[in-house]
Amino acid sequence: MIEQVFTASVFAAALRLATPYMFASIGEMFGQRSGVLNLGVDGIMLMGAFFAHYVALMTGSAVLGVGAALLVGALLGLATAFVSVTLKAEQGISGIGMYLFGLGMSELLFQRLVGTPRSVEGFSAIYIPLLSDIQFLGIGEIFFRHNILVYVAFALVPISAYIINRTPFGLMIRAVGQNPQAADAMGINVARVRYMTVILGSMLAGLAGAALSVALLKVFQQNLTSGLGFIAVALVYFGRWRPVGIMIGALLFSFVNALQLQISAIGLNIPSEFAVMAPYVITIIALVFASRQTEKPDALTKPFERGE
Amino acid sequence: MPRPHVRAWFDRLFDLLPPVTSLGAALAVASILLIVMNANVGEAYLALAAGAFGTENATAETLVKAIPVLFIAIGICVAFRASVINIGGEGQMIAGAVAGVTIAIAFGGRLPPLLVIVLSLLAGFAAGAVYGGIAGFLKAYFNVNEILSTIMLNQVAVQMMNFLLNGPLLDPTEVGTNHIPKTARILNELQLPRLTIGWFDGVEVFARTRLHYGLILAILLAVVVYVLLWHTPIGYRIRAVGFNDRASRYAGINVRRQVVLAMCLAGGCAGLAGVVQVLGLQYRLQTDGSPAGFTANAGFNGIVAALFGGLNPFGAIPASIFFGGLLVGAQNMQRDIGVPASLITAVNGIIVIFAVSSQVFVQRRRQRRRNIEINPPTTASSPEAAAATRKAQA
Repeated sequence: MIEQVFTASVFAAALRLATPYMFASIGEMFGQRSGVLNLGVDGIMLMGAFFAHYVALMTGSAVLGVGAALLVGALLGLATAFVSVTLKAEQGISGIGMYLFGLGMSELLFQRLVGTPRSVEGFSAIYIPLLSDIQFLGIGEIFFRHNILVYVAFALVPISAYIINRTPFGLMIRAVGQNPQAADAMGINVARVRYMTVILGSMLAGLAGAALSVALLKVFQQNLTSGLGFIAVALVYFGRWRPVGIMIGALLFSFVNALQLQISAIGLNIPSEFAVMAPYVITIIALVFASRQTEKPDALTKPFERGE
Repeated sequence: MPRPHVRAWFDRLFDLLPPVTSLGAALAVASILLIVMNANVGEAYLALAAGAFGTENATAETLVKAIPVLFIAIGICVAFRASVINIGGEGQMIAGAVAGVTIAIAFGGRLPPLLVIVLSLLAGFAAGAVYGGIAGFLKAYFNVNEILSTIMLNQVAVQMMNFLLNGPLLDPTEVGTNHIPKTARILNELQLPRLTIGWFDGVEVFARTRLHYGLILAILLAVVVYVLLWHTPIGYRIRAVGFNDRASRYAGINVRRQVVLAMCLAGGCAGLAGVVQVLGLQYRLQTDGSPAGFTANAGFNGIVAALFGGLNPFGAIPASIFFGGLLVGAQNMQRDIGVPASLITAVNGIIVIFAVSSQVFVQRRRQRRRNIEINPPTTASSPEAAAATRKAQA
């Protein structure tokens, strides 16, 4: 039974299913490192997912779909930044507003423009030459036969770590998130940095939606994400605001998802509710430990007021 | 300087800012969307209004929808007043419903019906309070962000309910079939009575509708919570912590305890929403397995209603009826002129965003006013001097 459950295809599926978590969560990390909690990720994902799917359906091009998702993500990010940074609204609550807006709007557009769920061709798997043929431990199947977005998501881990830790922009982000007063005194435009991180994060959230609707599931339906975006927010805490930690958390969730699919596919009669519940419980426990760490940006959720 | 009563009047005007701006923005966005969809705006709003309040039955359905939203909204008022952002209404409502229905099924027929109803309501309140209290405890003692923990707990509650309804609590008559996850039906004697209002000339309003006594319970709860928040030391402490937790600590208030208490109360109210939905309307606990299968998003709509009602339990009453009307009216709009009901979800989002954004302006005005009272503007005639006093105050 164990061999039936833990197959190479389950591990491969886990890597694939990790992509939306990773895009959304790494994007959210940029915002949080600069001090903004964007809780509307799930709504932005849904809008990205819809537009990617719709454009791919109309033009036949998944690449154009991804472009549309990035664009709609940027626009909603701009709105989020305006509410959180310029109007200084309570970020936890305004994020729920953005979530409800995205949830309702994506469904409204879907019902008006598409109607019934239709699948798109989307991205197909790219077999990496030679590497995808490795039989040993199923390495070829697990790591090297995925669609383009999976490779991009995992490449994003070192790239985003490099941006945050080794570039001037990353330094500005960290300064603004740790001590906006000092950053301001040094001549950094706090609001501008926060606008940039929130917009960047929201574009990645849009991309996460696209990963669902044109690469993984290749369909769109009402509430396609079913709360995945909220988990992405928690994964930032889970991963202690670091890309590698986020990746580990994303793999935990995606592995449980993949196992659950496999268990129902081979018809095992195990109550799946506890398996589904487990990552949430683990995340809560991780939050308890994360909160005691010093990695958390000091200015998270605090709007910046000059001369405080 | 304006005379005091004029100023008080201005204050009241400013308090109306969040609901007025959010409603205006919602109307504007909804109208734009309707125009883009080639729908007749006037017709759409007429269909919405007619669906919500057009007939006796429509009004009753609106009130029925408003009941769980109101219970949740009352709890949200307590939590948000303590600056605790409770997004866990969904999970707490489920916890309350599970506890309440378990009591109702276990003791139904063995104890006097009224006693079972009371026990069931208490169990629902207690379960919701414990479930909310977990998030409050984690925030107070482990500094865990309550927004994230309540969202996680919502998912845990949904899975727990699905497990119980497919197994231990499954309706015995459904065992072995390709069943819908639901509990057994509660006894007739445990069902909350239908609510009819006697009018003059012996005319009865809301006879033969689904409106039930949950509405009365919710309004009573609003009164209790209002008194608690504004006329007892407990409420004073909760609001003080929400207003300024550092100052409250210096004043000798146990801040952590207030945070846990606020979450327990909010959870308890949400738990009552769950029991009342079972005892008053569905007569069993039933779900389609999806996250909103039982709650119908009341946990989120309650937040919208609480904000719209100015975080005041009495304000939450009309606000909840308004949102109940939107939900019911939207169905009619979809049937009559083909505008998807999901428009209302999007509009709710707009309302939340504008309500919190404009709330900031109200608070900033109060802050300015307080500064003026401490430091009359005569001492700060030039901008430089004003800046200096501001710096000195900070």
